[in-house]
Amino acid sequence: MTTKTILEVRDLSASINGVPILKGMDMTINAGEVHAIMGPNGSGKSTFAKVLAGHPAYEVTGGSVLLRGQDLFAMPAEERARAGVFLGFQYPIEVPGVTNSAFLRLAYNTVQGARGRDELDPLEFDDFVQEKLALLEMDPAFLDRSVNEGFSGGEKKRNEILQMAVLEPMLAILDEVDSGLDIDALRIVASGVNRLRTADNAILLVTHYQRLLDHIVPDYVHVMDGGRVLRTGSKDLALELESRGYDWVAKEKAGVAA
Amino acid sequence: MSETLSNGHLDSLLRGQSRLPSSARGWLDALRADALEQANALSVPTTRDEEWRYTDLSPLYQKSFLPAPSAGTVAAQALDACLLPEAGCRLVFVDGHYAPRLSSACADPALGVTSFSDALAGQDPTLQANLARHAPLGADTFVAVNTAWLQDGVQVRVHAGRTAAAPIQVLCLSTRPDVVAYPRLLVVAEADSGCTLVEDYVALHGGEYLTNAVTEVALADGARVRHVRVQRESTSGFHIGTCGVRIGRGAHYLSSAVALGARISRFNLNIVQAAEGAESTLDGLALIGGRQLADMHSLLDHRYAHGRSRQLFKSVVDDEAHAVFNGKIFVHHGAQRTDSSQQSRSLLLSPRARVDSKPQLEIFADDVKCAHGAAVGQLEAEQVFYLKSRGLDEAGARNLLTFAFAAEIVHRIPLPSLAAQLERIVLQQTQKQTSDRNRP
Ligand SMILES: Nc1ncnc2c1ncn2[C@@H]1O[C@H](COP(=O)(O)OP(=O)(O)OP(=O)(O)O)[C@@H](O)[C@H]1O
Ligand SMILES: [Mg+2]
Repeated sequence: MTTKTILEVRDLSASINGVPILKGMDMTINAGEVHAIMGPNGSGKSTFAKVLAGHPAYEVTGGSVLLRGQDLFAMPAEERARAGVFLGFQYPIEVPGVTNSAFLRLAYNTVQGARGRDELDPLEFDDFVQEKLALLEMDPAFLDRSVNEGFSGGEKKRNEILQMAVLEPMLAILDEVDSGLDIDALRIVASGVNRLRTADNAILLVTHYQRLLDHIVPDYVHVMDGGRVLRTGSKDLALELESRGYDWVAKEKAGVAA
Repeated sequence: MSETLSNGHLDSLLRGQSRLPSSARGWLDALRADALEQANALSVPTTRDEEWRYTDLSPLYQKSFLPAPSAGTVAAQALDACLLPEAGCRLVFVDGHYAPRLSSACADPALGVTSFSDALAGQDPTLQANLARHAPLGADTFVAVNTAWLQDGVQVRVHAGRTAAAPIQVLCLSTRPDVVAYPRLLVVAEADSGCTLVEDYVALHGGEYLTNAVTEVALADGARVRHVRVQRESTSGFHIGTCGVRIGRGAHYLSSAVALGARISRFNLNIVQAAEGAESTLDGLALIGGRQLADMHSLLDHRYAHGRSRQLFKSVVDDEAHAVFNGKIFVHHGAQRTDSSQQSRSLLLSPRARVDSKPQLEIFADDVKCAHGAAVGQLEAEQVFYLKSRGLDEAGARNLLTFAFAAEIVHRIPLPSLAAQLERIVLQQTQKQTSDRNRP
């Protein structure tokens, strides 16, 4: 059986306003896998996520990223989205004046069109989106509200996963999807994410807490610090981090290097 | 701008004044004579006048336009295209002349619609009691000239305690260039009455002309009037409009003023909250590009206690266009417990687009709430990225955000067909803007 590689990151470095943040990231993600990135505040996790999604504020200064063998950086942000990259934002953006339903349908049809599939008319789309709402146990009233406007922190996160459910990405990068969610919401969102997993897609979770990984069990855990992956391990690494903190990882890495 | 040029323009506007039709009643002749005298005493405004600082009318003063001797012909098709299906009753002005034959008979028992000439012939004292009271001649040259040139206009009465079943559409058509039109409208909403009024300015040609329109709206105690004003003149035309409103006790005036057309437009919305508990809700939207200038001046005069006013003015400005918003709020000594807010927000789509926004608050009461704010900006980069990360391309993301900005005002317009029309115009404009931007 050949594994399908979805994402291949080699020695990636990136900076913002001339300040280097990512300093030699490496990571390989195959179809069907769940990866988790953990690491102290400011270690560059969100930067990595946003660089992959094509945020214009970051400048890629070295290395390469292949998405299914294609040069990711040759694609503008929207093409990455159409090719199946999805970023669930740590801080989702409010878009006043655009209703959630109109936005979801526009995004869905744009992405479907680019993938050579049929668009849905408003009625068909409504049936489709109701299913997704049910998956996340979301009140349909959220469809009529402006995108994220006035949503609570947890509601915004759930709305990100609704968008993921609608867009059916090949690679979902979920940046702290657990922050702001109450205990029940965490369980619901996590089971929604699990139901969206297939043998052909992959998930990259950024999180600080083991409790998310209890629900969405990772195949690999990466520890980031200073803009690099210091260590990669199995799901047990997350448990070890939970009890021992991050310090020992950096020390061991330094010890190995010495 | 030279004095001679501007006075030359005024002379040209007043030329032929002797051709005024003589009316059945002396008071109207006297009013027009007053207005003429006033207009002669005033000069046309220049940018040296504080009220006209940002709006240079010299391109207008270089033209000389004359009133059309009669209404131009309007093809049935052209007229149909302008009609709103929701409207129960329509009043049509053509080149400034009230055109009863193009207007529809009004069967609504809540309404009394009469031309000024019919009102003068009958015994109805409404016209004399109200005309030029809510838009006084004052110091405004254009109101004075409109009044001096007043021929036939329309008076709408909403009978006490009744609510009009359907909106009233007032359509002001321009059919030919080089003409100045003076439409005049009076709306009297009697106690506890209600109506929705749409004033729509449309050109059937692309030439140069001037519309100088005056509307007066009187709301008696407990009345509620929704007033939608859409200025979609030709982009070569000039438009100067004044709406004078008087709001009685517990009455509520709601207005949406949309400016899309005209090379230079100015709209003065002058509101007197003339009794306790009067309320006004004012929305404004200017959507302009090219070298258009759209100027909106609001004046809110809170004279009595417990008044409320809400204002939200938005502009979307592209190319080298220029939007002006001036919002003056007076709160008189006795107007305690006034609750007033004014917001202006502008979106600049091009580096050469310009906005001048000025709040002017004069507050003489101590127990009041007055909030105001003005924001001018570009589209938020984070919002654009968010939309792109969901698959929308740059142009699509920008269009959607621009559309959403303007749609907030459009969606509050209570006529679905008009809101949908305006929505399409906003979409076209935003799409045109991106195609221009992408042009090498
Ligand atoms: N404009 C900027 N100029 C300089 N440094 C910046 C800028 N923007 C972000 N940074 C820095 O980049 C580093 C990485 O930030 P990033 O948001 O990727 O961290 P993170 O790992 O996601 O942290 P957290 O766990 O708190 O979310 C931080 O030290 C941050 O201060
Ligand atoms: Mg982060």
